[in-house]
Amino acid sequence: MTTRIEARFAALKAQGRPALMTYVMGGDPDMETSLGIMKALAGSGADLIELGMPFSDPMADGPAIQAAGRRSLLGGQTLAKTLHLVERFRETDGDTPIILMGYYNPIYIYGVDAFLAEALRVGVDGLIVVDLPPETDDELCIPALEAGLNFVRLATPTTDDKRLPTVLGNTSGFVYYVAIKGITGTASADPAKVGEAVARIKNQTDLPVAVGFGIKTPDDAANIGAVADGVVVGSALVNTIAASLDADGKATDMTLQAVTDLTTDLAAGVRRAGNPS
Amino acid sequence: MSTQTSSPAGQPNSYRTGPDEAGHFGLFGGRFVAETLMPLILDLEQAYSEAKEDPAFQAELDNLNTSYAGRPSPLYFAERLTDELGGAKIYFKRDELNHTGSHKINNCLGQILLARRMGKTRIIAETGAGQHGVATATVCARFGLKAVIYMGATDVERQAPNVFRMKLLGAEVIPVTAGAGTLKDAMNEALRDWVATVDETYYLIGTAAGPHPYPMLVRDFQSIIGKETREQMLAAEGRLPDAAVACVGGGSNAIGLFHPFLDDTDVRLIGVEAGGHGVDVENGHAASLSGGRPGVLHGNRTFLLQDDDGQILEGHSISAGLDYPGIGPEHSWLKDIGRVDYVPVTDSEALEAFKLLSRTEGILPALEPAHALAHVAKIAPGMAKDQILVMNLCGRGDKDVHTVAEALKAQEARAQ
Repeated sequence: MTTRIEARFAALKAQGRPALMTYVMGGDPDMETSLGIMKALAGSGADLIELGMPFSDPMADGPAIQAAGRRSLLGGQTLAKTLHLVERFRETDGDTPIILMGYYNPIYIYGVDAFLAEALRVGVDGLIVVDLPPETDDELCIPALEAGLNFVRLATPTTDDKRLPTVLGNTSGFVYYVAIKGITGTASADPAKVGEAVARIKNQTDLPVAVGFGIKTPDDAANIGAVADGVVVGSALVNTIAASLDADGKATDMTLQAVTDLTTDLAAGVRRAGNPS
Repeated sequence: MSTQTSSPAGQPNSYRTGPDEAGHFGLFGGRFVAETLMPLILDLEQAYSEAKEDPAFQAELDNLNTSYAGRPSPLYFAERLTDELGGAKIYFKRDELNHTGSHKINNCLGQILLARRMGKTRIIAETGAGQHGVATATVCARFGLKAVIYMGATDVERQAPNVFRMKLLGAEVIPVTAGAGTLKDAMNEALRDWVATVDETYYLIGTAAGPHPYPMLVRDFQSIIGKETREQMLAAEGRLPDAAVACVGGGSNAIGLFHPFLDDTDVRLIGVEAGGHGVDVENGHAASLSGGRPGVLHGNRTFLLQDDDGQILEGHSISAGLDYPGIGPEHSWLKDIGRVDYVPVTDSEALEAFKLLSRTEGILPALEPAHALAHVAKIAPGMAKDQILVMNLCGRGDKDVHTVAEALKAQEARAQ
């Protein structure tokens, strides 16, 4: 069975350009705005959407995504609500792949089987769970694959050639290359180094390789996109959302427009990147 | 993978053989970390297993324990306290007499030697009460390595003497304002630092928690507490104690005391958790075993204080060192299989115990072991006079006099 993620990457490859993947936090700053943001992303050029599942202790995230998670949790977000957000998005968009991204504990507490069943039912396509390395594949990765979801693995600058096969083993959909050593939204990715790393990964897999962490601007998207099958922009979008909120952290008239503007520019960036392969 | 029924590797009739190769104590433990850290954690495991086999490593550690930390710490018969409580004979393992004033030095000396073996030049650590931060800063000064200590902003306030001490020792202290500004937040921030600096940085975790192999290696370095206690008790009384008691936050001093006694099933083992305002007060305590449930945080599966959505609660304790919503995975397992009992003690009970020990024995305990003492004071009177109770007095109370003064003032104000 081909998932939405696989179909989307195949279609973009035929078009000869990398994918624009956008990350936003589910429920930031509230459910209605978050749904509007997802629609704005898809409507202004995002090819895939990563939707953050907020967690109280996001150990791999920098200040921007930490703050987004806090806003979302303060607004009453739960994992059940994030799944419901996907369900509502799917009422009007059956094509844009959605990847849930976060940490394991909320899923573990929800119950792995119940979570996978609900994720499939509402139209989730893939999962990225930061604190589940390959050594823990029995927890969620293998059940998710069996259920028909893609389980996307992170490869990092510390993943050497010896370890890479372990990391690629059960990954599916695409490989997410973390361009920097560090947390989200901090350092900038270096296109030359990223290009080498992507080539190294592609030596060992036929899966598309998307690159995230440290991609902030349309130019970054163009430069990194030139050496990868996709680019992920997260903190920059989340910061744009934060900047559009009022003093109480509530959405304003500017919020959706700000998301649309940045996404439009980023989409133009990946279209400048041309064909990576 | 782990199941509820799996036992630790090796003989099923011993409690002392865990964890298994993947770091599991039954359901608990494991390695739940970001991929960036995985290679380093595997390196650490390798380095530790080599060090354990190297007589030179053990000899250097033994020498430092003796000549630098002041081990063995004495086993002390608390005669006046025993008389006052009128039951079991009470002994203290005096780990508050170690260099730096707590048991934390045991682990820091072991890990700093590991860090040196691995060629790391920069050490990071989290700290709650500041005892682990001070011990880390101390061993870094001793070996000329850079120390960066993450400490919750709330704890920086309430443990000011230790902050000053760390700075004198040459460490950089970074206050963490995220969350409630306590130990959990300090650990998050230390992990974020580590992800960005893996090449040169060693993360010196202070408690028997975190991803495998930390719970195992911290336990091993702290087990000197129980090994000495066992020998000293046999020398003093010719037999093992009837019960051993220690406070648990993350649980390093408790696992250090308990582990050498785990297979002596006649010795009752009791871990004392921070009950804060009471375990039935939501988010008002830090008793993860008495009031939490299994989850995954900071690299391991263990009992955690959390809400129905799996969000981690901040918890509360008057003791900064126990103010942590999780606990080392081996404790979770020992609770699960029933080998160790875990009980909560409230803030006010700990304060009473602090006063009790100061008055009867001339020893100011840290607020952390004051929790253990409060439980000792509850059970000793009900035990026979020929029974023996040993408690790990894991830290000295000088750092807490300010907190205690404030708390007693508040108590008096409420009473009036």
